[in-house]
Amino acid sequence: MEGSKEKFEQLRALIESHKDQPGALMPVLQGAQGIFGCVSEDVQKFIADGLGVTLSEVYGVATFYSQFSLHPKGEYLISVCLGTACYVKGSQSILDKLSEVLHIPVGGTTPDGRFTLEATRCLGACGLAPVMMINGEVYGRLTPDQVPGIIAKYQPASEAQA
Amino acid sequence: MDKLLTLTIDGVEVQVPQGTTVLEAARQAGIRIPTLCFLKGINEIGACRMCVVDSGARSLQASCVLPAADGMKVKTNTPEIRKYRQNILKLTLSTHARKCLSCIRSQNCELQALCRELGVDEEEAYEGVRTEYTIDDLSPSIVRDNNKCVLCRRCVSVCAHVQNVGVIGPVHRGFKTAIESPWEMKLSEMSCINCGQCIVNCPVGALYEKDETKAVWDLIRDPSKHVVVQPAPAVRAALGEEFGLPMGTSVTGKMATALRRLGFDQVFDTDFAADLTIMEEANELVERITNGGVLPMMTSCSPGWIKYCETYHPDFLPNLSSCKSPHEMMGAVVKTYYAQKKGLDPKDIAVVSVMPCTAKKFEADRPELSHDSLADVDAVITTRELARMIKEAGIDFVNLPDGDFDSLCGESTGAGVIFGATGGVMEAALRTAYETITGKVLEDVEFHQVRGVEGIKEASIRIGDQDVLVAVASGTGNATKLLERVKSGEKPYAFIEIMACPGGCVNGGGQPIVSARTKMDCDIRVERAKALYGEDRDKPLRKSHENEEIKQLYRDFLEKPGSHKAHELLHTHYQARDLYNR
Repeated sequence: MEGSKEKFEQLRALIESHKDQPGALMPVLQGAQGIFGCVSEDVQKFIADGLGVTLSEVYGVATFYSQFSLHPKGEYLISVCLGTACYVKGSQSILDKLSEVLHIPVGGTTPDGRFTLEATRCLGACGLAPVMMINGEVYGRLTPDQVPGIIAKYQPASEAQA
Repeated sequence: MDKLLTLTIDGVEVQVPQGTTVLEAARQAGIRIPTLCFLKGINEIGACRMCVVDSGARSLQASCVLPAADGMKVKTNTPEIRKYRQNILKLTLSTHARKCLSCIRSQNCELQALCRELGVDEEEAYEGVRTEYTIDDLSPSIVRDNNKCVLCRRCVSVCAHVQNVGVIGPVHRGFKTAIESPWEMKLSEMSCINCGQCIVNCPVGALYEKDETKAVWDLIRDPSKHVVVQPAPAVRAALGEEFGLPMGTSVTGKMATALRRLGFDQVFDTDFAADLTIMEEANELVERITNGGVLPMMTSCSPGWIKYCETYHPDFLPNLSSCKSPHEMMGAVVKTYYAQKKGLDPKDIAVVSVMPCTAKKFEADRPELSHDSLADVDAVITTRELARMIKEAGIDFVNLPDGDFDSLCGESTGAGVIFGATGGVMEAALRTAYETITGKVLEDVEFHQVRGVEGIKEASIRIGDQDVLVAVASGTGNATKLLERVKSGEKPYAFIEIMACPGGCVNGGGQPIVSARTKMDCDIRVERAKALYGEDRDKPLRKSHENEEIKQLYRDFLEKPGSHKAHELLHTHYQARDLYNR
């Protein structure tokens, strides 16, 4: 938990600045997600204690909104579009291939913390269907056999050669 | 007073004060709008939409949260509304484990009743994906089966807002929504106080007590066991409801007969132990006052309150009376005093408590509540479980003749009986403390200042030449408020009674379950308490220290209240607890 002490200090200050305000939980959770990259169990307990609300309430809100992540995300976030157009064009097979190549389920993160795989709603690039995004970079008109090559680009050089 | 609003509901004109909901106004017009998530004063959130009405607005409105307005014209019973309600029920059934034949709430289920009343005859109108949930039965007190949950949030509201505990809540979203503890923790891993208020407010079979009837049947059948049973004061005020008797009917005599017919070897009464508790607690209070001990002293009969204090307010642990709760005292006395008198080996005795309470199941498992490595109490069943055993045995409860409790630990005074209602322990203690301190006879034994269902009550009682300030709280949410008053130091209370359930044990988590609809018409806390105060009034003896069997117990065994032996057997200690136990 390197540097986590400072992060919790930051969170403490954030909680102080919102304390006793109605509806403080949302901005504090958003802030916490910004500081830590996710709202883990420890972070949520810290927020509950700081704001004087129950962990049930914090967890309820955190799981209601998809913008909050309970677990740390990987360095590269792979979002595969399952919107109508992409789905019809076979994006499920792209997602399945990614899952197979990375050995993680949808929503999971690789043990080395490099990749997180997510399914998303429409990305607004239906003309390129099926589409996925890796940290903001768009890949369109995909076929499953392209997947290993694309992933390799994001692997460290040594591993990519091996 | 504000002027009355006039509105018309299904052609009937009614006048109601400002702030009345259409749901309540309709009741004045003789119309019972169906509800499912609504729980008066506790869960008024318009979530389930069973109570929709046509108020002329663009869409149907949930009447439980729709304020009545002057000149409003409301329709509650149109073909459109009936269809709407039926559809809600069909959709609810589509994700509901429809195991109605064996369900613990069958015939006492609000969902089942609505389906019948509203003519939903297709249980399988919408067959779709259903999430399979694992039943959480790891708590010693409460079982949660989310396969039957209808997401009404009544349990969530009562836990968070009435009890100020909040260990469950809605998690995830949409079709995946479930009522659970956070981070997939089990109830037993959270700081649940086991009060069971979630159970008695659940409309369906998603929450129920951890059943111990099988263990009790086994004890009864075991020839090597001498099984002693004891029912708590509040059980007699509500058990009759399970057999169709009107609320507030006292069934003490029938209950004693039924217990004997079930095959228990000895039928004692927790009321006796309540009298014993008063002897010890009054003595402890007088000692604390005279020796400068920690004040205010707080009662320790309610295991929900004790766990609440241990978890959420450990600063107040020194204020808790060291007295064990009455049924635990009974267990300790039975396995020593009674065993000696009868020439029994304590190892061969099993003590079964019948309690209005689910937290008593947790309490009985506490390792500190034992003696010579024998638990004081071996099994705890709730009022509901006793009713099931009586039904299972085919006993015609309503027509039973009245029986008596067995002697030695069966006699009780009116003071012991009223333990089951909020303020009752306080009143019982005052009756004895008054006579102990002043040496005079207390003529009027009724302390009406501490009676009633108000959440927090205060009274200044003249005892001899001093005014003693006391307070009573019921519901742990109210307890929190009272503790804040204590912390602020504004009032020098000497003695405080706290019960975890609102209204006290009569409304305990192990009591017969009353529908939300019935609770709109009457206050079950008041009705059941009447049964106890009635018994008290009719008792020849109404002060604990006048109980002959209690006198005998001290004479033959314990010497005097607060003696070394009494401390060894009848007193306990407490521990601070963590919020999470995973």
